[in-house]
Formats: sequence, C-alpha cells, structure tokens
Amino acid sequence: MTSLATTEAEAPTRAEPRSSGRLVMASAVVVLVAWVLVPIYLLVVNALGSVAAVTAWPKALVPEFDLASLSFFANYAGVPRALLNSFLVAGLTMVLSIGLGAPAGYALARFRFPGANLFRLAVLMTRAFPLPLLALPLTVLFIRVGLDDTIIGLALVHTTLAMPFAVLIMASLFMSIPEELEEAAWTLGCSRLSAFRKVVLPLALPGIAAAGIFAFVISWNEVFAAAVLTIENKTLTAFLLQSLDVSPLPLKFAGGAVLVVPALLFLFAVRKYLFSLWGIANR
Amino acid sequence: MADIDIRQVAKRFGSHQALHAVDLTVADGEFVVLLGASGSGKTTLLRIIAGLETASEGTVSIGGRRVDHLPPRRRGIAMVFQNYAVFPHMTVFDNIGFGLAMQKMPAAEIERKVRRVAEMLHIEELLKRYSGQLSGGQRQRVAVARALAVEPAVLLMDEPLSNLDALLRLEMRAELKGVLQESRTTTIYVTHDQVEAMSLADRIAVMHEGRIVQAAPAPEVYHHPATRFVGGFIGNPPMNFLPATREGEGARVAGHRFRDVPAGGGALAFGIRPEDLAPAGEGFSGRVKVVEPLGPHQLVTMDLSGHLFRAVLDNDLTVRPGETLVLAPRSGRARWFDADSGDSLDPARMPEPVTGA
Repeated sequence: MTSLATTEAEAPTRAEPRSSGRLVMASAVVVLVAWVLVPIYLLVVNALGSVAAVTAWPKALVPEFDLASLSFFANYAGVPRALLNSFLVAGLTMVLSIGLGAPAGYALARFRFPGANLFRLAVLMTRAFPLPLLALPLTVLFIRVGLDDTIIGLALVHTTLAMPFAVLIMASLFMSIPEELEEAAWTLGCSRLSAFRKVVLPLALPGIAAAGIFAFVISWNEVFAAAVLTIENKTLTAFLLQSLDVSPLPLKFAGGAVLVVPALLFLFAVRKYLFSLWGIANR
Repeated sequence: MADIDIRQVAKRFGSHQALHAVDLTVADGEFVVLLGASGSGKTTLLRIIAGLETASEGTVSIGGRRVDHLPPRRRGIAMVFQNYAVFPHMTVFDNIGFGLAMQKMPAAEIERKVRRVAEMLHIEELLKRYSGQLSGGQRQRVAVARALAVEPAVLLMDEPLSNLDALLRLEMRAELKGVLQESRTTTIYVTHDQVEAMSLADRIAVMHEGRIVQAAPAPEVYHHPATRFVGGFIGNPPMNFLPATREGEGARVAGHRFRDVPAGGGALAFGIRPEDLAPAGEGFSGRVKVVEPLGPHQLVTMDLSGHLFRAVLDNDLTVRPGETLVLAPRSGRARWFDADSGDSLDPARMPEPVTGA
C-alpha cells in the first residue's frame, strides 16, 4: 500500500504537464474509432456468418466466413435487380457529376468573373436545403415529366446532391495545376481545349477519378430520394428500407454490409483528394 | 525570323495603368532586353507580345503582320517561362518535341530536331527522364530547348535565369548567349538584373512605371543614360547624384566648380559614376565613412556635406575611415540632369532611338 502510494505520488512530479492532455486525446480517438468501427465490425461479422449465427448471442469475435448469409441475400427476390439499379444510378451520377462539375471547377479555378465567390457559396448552399421538403413536389414534377420511377430521374437528383462536392474538389484540383503549364502549351500550338486535354487532364485525372468515386458513393448510399422516387426500379437502399420491418435479420445485415463496406473502401482510397475539399494541402 | 513592331501599346488592369502608350521596334535577329524593376511593366509587355494578355490599346505586329487579335499559337512565337513550365507528365524528349508534335511533323523529323536542340543545350542524356528527376538548371535547359525546337520567328524569355543560383546563372548566361547567337532568332528577354541585360542585349529597353525610358545598346545606356532613373538603375554600385546650382555658364556641386554645363531645364542635378572618380588635388572633399575591400578594387563611401557619395578606387591607395579624401571626376564623365523631370541634359546623347540598327 505504502509503496503504491509513493509511486503514485512520485509519478505526477516526474511527468510532463502534457501527459494528461495526451491521455484525454488518446481516449477520445479510441472512442471515435470504436464508434465508427464497432458497428461496421458487427455488420461484417453477421454478414459473413451462417444464418443461425445472426440471431445468436453472444457474438463470435471472429466471423465464421460462412457465406450463407450473403448467398441468402443474393438469392432473395428483388435483390439482384436492386443491386443493378444502385449500380446504374450511381454510375450515371458519377458521369453526370464529373461531366458537369469539371467544367464548372475549371471555370472557378481559372477565370476571374464577377460573382465567383457567390457561385461557390450557392453551390455549397444547395446541400443545406432539406431534401424531405422537396420530396412531394419533386415526385409530382417527375410524374408530370415522365421521369418518375426511372434510373435517370433518380440519377439527376443524386447528381444535384453530389455536384457541390465534385465542383469544389475539382476547382481546388485545377487550382493546384499551375496556369503556366497551359500557357506554355498555348505558345506551342494548343488551343485552350487541346491544352486542357493534353496537359491539364493527365495531371488532374487522379483527382477527377476521386471526385467521381465520391459522387458514386453519395449515390450508392442515398436512401430518401431513392425511396420516394422509385417504385418498381428500386435501388438497394430503397429496397432494404421498404422491407425493414418484415425482412429477416440475415438480409438486413448482409444488405447493410454490401452498402457500407464498398463505400468505406472507396472513400479510404481517395481520402487524399477529399482533404482538399476542406483546404488541407496534400502536395 | 521576324521583326517586331509595337505601337502605342497600353494596358490597364482595372484602375491600374500597367503600360503607358509604349513604342518599340525590334529588328530581325535582334536581341532586346526589357530591363526594369518589378511593377515596371516589362512582363506585361512580354505577355502582350506573346498573346497571353490583350493590350487595352495599340497594335503589335510580327514579321509585318498584325498579331494582336491572334492567339499565341498563331503568332510564330515560343516562350520560356520563369518557372520553366516543363510538363511533369511527359519525358524530356516529349516536352521538347511537344511543339513539333502539335505541328503534326513526322516522327523521324521530330526525333532529329529534338536531338539536335538537346545537343545544343547539353541535355542529350536526359531525354528519357521526367521533370521530377531533373535539377532546376536542367529543367531550365529543357524549357529553352522546347522553345528553340519549334524554330520560332520570335523567342520570348521571361526572367529564365532568376530562379537559378548565382554560379549557375553565370554559366547559363554565357551558354544562352552562345546558343542564341548561333540561331540568330529575334529575341525579347525580360529581366530585372542589369548585369544580365548588359551582357546579353544588342539593345536594352529600360522600363520604369509602364514606360520605356531608354532603348539603346548597353554602352550607350551606361555612359549616356537618358534619365536620372536610368543612370541610377544601371551600374553597380549605382551612380552618385548631387544637387547643383548654376553659376553663369558653369555650376557648383558640393563646393566644386564645373566650367561648362549644358543648358536647358530648370533646377540642375549632377551625376557621376563611382568608378569615374579618382583622388586629386582639388575636387569633392569629404570624410570617409566606410571602406569595403572588394578584391580587384575598393569601394569607399564618403560623406559629402550630408550626401552619401561612393567611389571605386584602386587597391594600392590606402584609405581609412575618418580621413578626408578629395576626389575629382574623370574628364567627360560628369552627367547633368534636369532635377525635376529627371531628363538628361547631355548634348552628346543621340536622340531617343525607337528602332534598332
């Protein structure tokens, strides 16, 4: 007892004043990481387990790597179709976001025009608008125009959600490519377009791919618009949502894993370019 | 190979007038240096000639035809940028051959021309490398090679040596001069370094606050500066200036009397270069403040009735701080300026030449 007391009494005097701060920091990091990883871990464990293991408690620490849940999921009526729809919508979102976002980003990066900052702000502000408010009017409008329950219609909505990020990532991407390179190309025989194609694009390609992947992931995980705007052509998110209260547990876990894990992996792969969104230099 | 004719070119950026009605003619094959401090408008003028900026007023002609409405690629120019702008995603070979490839030249001919230019600039072994694997000096050679490879009518260079260290700058300056003399390309070269200007130029166009103040060969600019600004800008250490008062036909400067002083102008200012002073019996008398031994000579700073006065003197003279020194200007080296406008009153100066040769 006494020795313990002495050691404890000695330690504070010897320690740096920052060690308690570091302890707080470390525990905060641990909590945050656990917050994110534990649910994902549970998802993966249950998705990779047999059907019976899903409802079992306590959970095994190591997943069984039994593909029973996943195959149950794959064979469940409507799932393959929903998966395909998710792919199509996300793919279309990616293409549209880049197709429209890249020129916008280039213009923001290269041209000084009145209202540039306002434009940037407006682009960001579209994300501030609550989507549920739009749900009913959007559905009515889509029905009128004939876009209701189509891949394209949903992709358009998702593009609107993804474009602000695409535009801003690409603006900062193009800003990091010195204009002098384009000017050199102009003096050597290039028009603005061919200079963009031959000089800027090859250098920007990784970043553009990252912006595209980010748009893909936004669309892949989007639930609300997908649920509201699709009936027959449901994406995976909408499909899982509609049967949430009646579907079997293995389906929910497998579906959740299929939704979360690819998104996680993709975003991890392109995190360098997402940092530029928040202005963190990465060169 | 072409001549360049710039007429009344002016440029405004918002409310800031970067160039005021500039006129300049560059003869075919001439090497003209635009020399000035930052903000003097020299880079703006170069970019207007290149087509990277549009002039607010005035015309630019290359080889006898108007180009100010044409994009850079149709002007027959090639440019070397201050930061080289070597394409990082291409090999050195592809960089140098870029302009040629854009002209849809056959591959064999591109290869031939690229190798020739690379040899001229001693970078033949680097052709397969990427710019990230090159040193600054090597990248600079690539940039020059890339511009020369297209055999332009006009070569434009924007401070190409200013990012190199002092020794490399010296070597590259000599090499550049050799290479460019060989090709006899009409060249416009922008720099703030007057030594570079003096060493490379057929003619120096000194720029100040958006105007060309003097455009003449180096010896002329050095010995007969058109304005006080030119006198003070060219030459290191800079020209000394002292106020002067007229006395009949002559003038008095800091106690020393000059007999023959050119007429004209209002108040008078006197200028003399530090190397044009020598110890004498009578002349400018002042107290020595600092003596700096500079190897081949010594730089002496004196106090001349409140004015700082510099002289470059031989090493065999023993000068100590605190001493009184009397210096006289070499005959014919005194320069007189209008104190208000800064214009030279030197009758020996030739009228302002806008054209070369």
